[in-house]
Amino acid sequence: MLSTGIDIGSSNIKIAVIENGLIIDLKKTSTGFNPVEKCRELIGDNINGTVKATGYGRHLAEKAFNCGTVSEISAFAKGAVFFNPEVRTVIDVGGQDSKVIRCNRSGEVLSFEMNDKCAAGTGKFLEIMAHALEMTQTEFGNIKPSNSKLIKISSICTVFAESEVISMVGKGESKENIGYALHEMAVERVCSLTNRVGVDGIVSFAGGCAYDRLFVQLLAKKLNRDIFVSAHPEFTGAVGAALLSAG
Amino acid sequence: MSDYNQMWKDLGLDIPNHEGLLNFLGEAYQGIYLSQQNRPKSMDYFDFVISEIHGLRVKEIIDARKVGKKGIGTFCVYVPEELVLAAGGIYIGLCAGAEVGTPQAEQYLPRNTCALIKAFVGFKLANLCPYGEVTDLIVGETTCDGKKKAYEAFDEITGKMHIMDLPNTKSEEGKKLWLAEVKKLKDKLEAVTGNKITAENLAEATKIVNEKRRALQRLAKLREANPSPISGLDALLINQISFYDDPLRFTSMVNKLCDELEERVNEGTGVCAENAPRILVSGSPMAIPNWKLHHIIETSGAVVVGEESCVGARNYRALTDESAASLDDAVEKIASRYLTIDCACFTPNIERMENIEKMKDELKADGIVHYSLQFCTLYMTEGFKAANKMKDFPFLRIETDYNMEDAGQIKTRIEAFLEMINTGK
Repeated sequence: MLSTGIDIGSSNIKIAVIENGLIIDLKKTSTGFNPVEKCRELIGDNINGTVKATGYGRHLAEKAFNCGTVSEISAFAKGAVFFNPEVRTVIDVGGQDSKVIRCNRSGEVLSFEMNDKCAAGTGKFLEIMAHALEMTQTEFGNIKPSNSKLIKISSICTVFAESEVISMVGKGESKENIGYALHEMAVERVCSLTNRVGVDGIVSFAGGCAYDRLFVQLLAKKLNRDIFVSAHPEFTGAVGAALLSAG
Repeated sequence: MSDYNQMWKDLGLDIPNHEGLLNFLGEAYQGIYLSQQNRPKSMDYFDFVISEIHGLRVKEIIDARKVGKKGIGTFCVYVPEELVLAAGGIYIGLCAGAEVGTPQAEQYLPRNTCALIKAFVGFKLANLCPYGEVTDLIVGETTCDGKKKAYEAFDEITGKMHIMDLPNTKSEEGKKLWLAEVKKLKDKLEAVTGNKITAENLAEATKIVNEKRRALQRLAKLREANPSPISGLDALLINQISFYDDPLRFTSMVNKLCDELEERVNEGTGVCAENAPRILVSGSPMAIPNWKLHHIIETSGAVVVGEESCVGARNYRALTDESAASLDDAVEKIASRYLTIDCACFTPNIERMENIEKMKDELKADGIVHYSLQFCTLYMTEGFKAANKMKDFPFLRIETDYNMEDAGQIKTRIEAFLEMINTGK
């Protein structure tokens, strides 16, 4: 029994193929301007078995591949519990949305919270800030907690935060210190969403941002618990969609 | 439409931009309303009203003013319609539901002002609202900080404002203040219209407004049926139109529609599948043509069964007591009726939480979507309050404005919410 999950996110497309409860294939590419074409490149024209699409581009895939869709919230819950059956809270910092989901043992959504109409604290925010600091995503995520005087970013708006960063650079503040402060600010936003939903069971940090080590560290510290990161955090949604496609 | 060009020119509208607005509105209406399946036939009247949105009704008001009637503009359900009608005035809810004239409005208002306030100032400054131009008086009220300050600017621009001082609490002192404000409005209306408000004309006006409320209550009650006989979009539209249509004609058209809906309910005909999730929308007002949230919900497989909103239940829930013994008594009864309204501008505002709970049960809702206009502190805060109160019931808070740029994100939330409801069913 073959099932395919397509997750068209705002930054990346992720494909997961599952057979008899085992992942047999994972593929990823950047979304670009023609997500459907990109999907075809990854999976070809003929897909065997069941298919479900998720992510912001799910309705594009719905038409192109004649498949069902599911919101990324349901898909992430299902996928996260697949990777670790003890998970009851899922945090995802996606390209344009941050979300925190509480779910049951079957990976069904019990409640969820998402960021307000604002990019602060999302994956896009971190990407823009890394760029402003002329750092790669990996460098940005590998910043070490600094011993020198800590600084704080006070702007909650991505645009203002960027100009705040530039003025800090102008004052001679180190990249590492600024990067650390930016992480703290973004983590704080995600924590306030998390507290609204309420933490239960193991907390899984899913989505591509889980590769940002500093983010995970700070999140664990702020929530005062261990954070579970699976072997393939960015495929959580695609895996969930594949599992849900089988019904 | 072009028949009205001269009229719009005479009213000082910006003709090219106004045409753009009407075209945009026509397209939106086509895509959102006329594409709906299985609509009740009696919606044709309301479709007609929208096709004439800045046409026929404006002309009616102009004609009425030629024979001495006065146009009274309002923005809020706290302005007693009974008094306006008794004085021979025409009650007109002014345009505030589209993102229009924002750059002009931002010369008077901070950027982080709610979309509704920005819109009414924008409509005026961009010369796109014909209704404002056919008013002789515009009645504002001290509901929220944004409106209070915007009315100051609006008075500078129009010179037509009368402000009612709405208390913050429903204490004895608050009630006294409000009664005095209602009396002041009565005097003002008499001065503007040149007509005396009497026990007789006020009794008659009260009856007219109550009949309108009864018709809207009847419509609301019919939506308790499963499957719902009417879409939330259509019901929302009717509630929006209730603020500016001729009240007698409107009431008879709503009742005609309700006759049809009754037949539908008896036959078990609905606009949606029987198992479609039933959603109660609660929160900030949705002025015409703000159809964004209902459209997203209803194109995601659910049906909206009620609006706990000023453009909804807050407008028709309470009737005015018709058993007044004298003019003074009637004015008091009107004042006390309006103070039953459970707007988030009051503190405390326990009634609203009770009313949400009650509507949820009566409508057999499967979930509540709490809608706040961005920067509407009052409803945003009560959104948290309601969410905390309903920990075990599907509850989703949405914060947005008139712009469509976040429609995709909202759709994701709504779809996830409905998936959650369907899993739990």
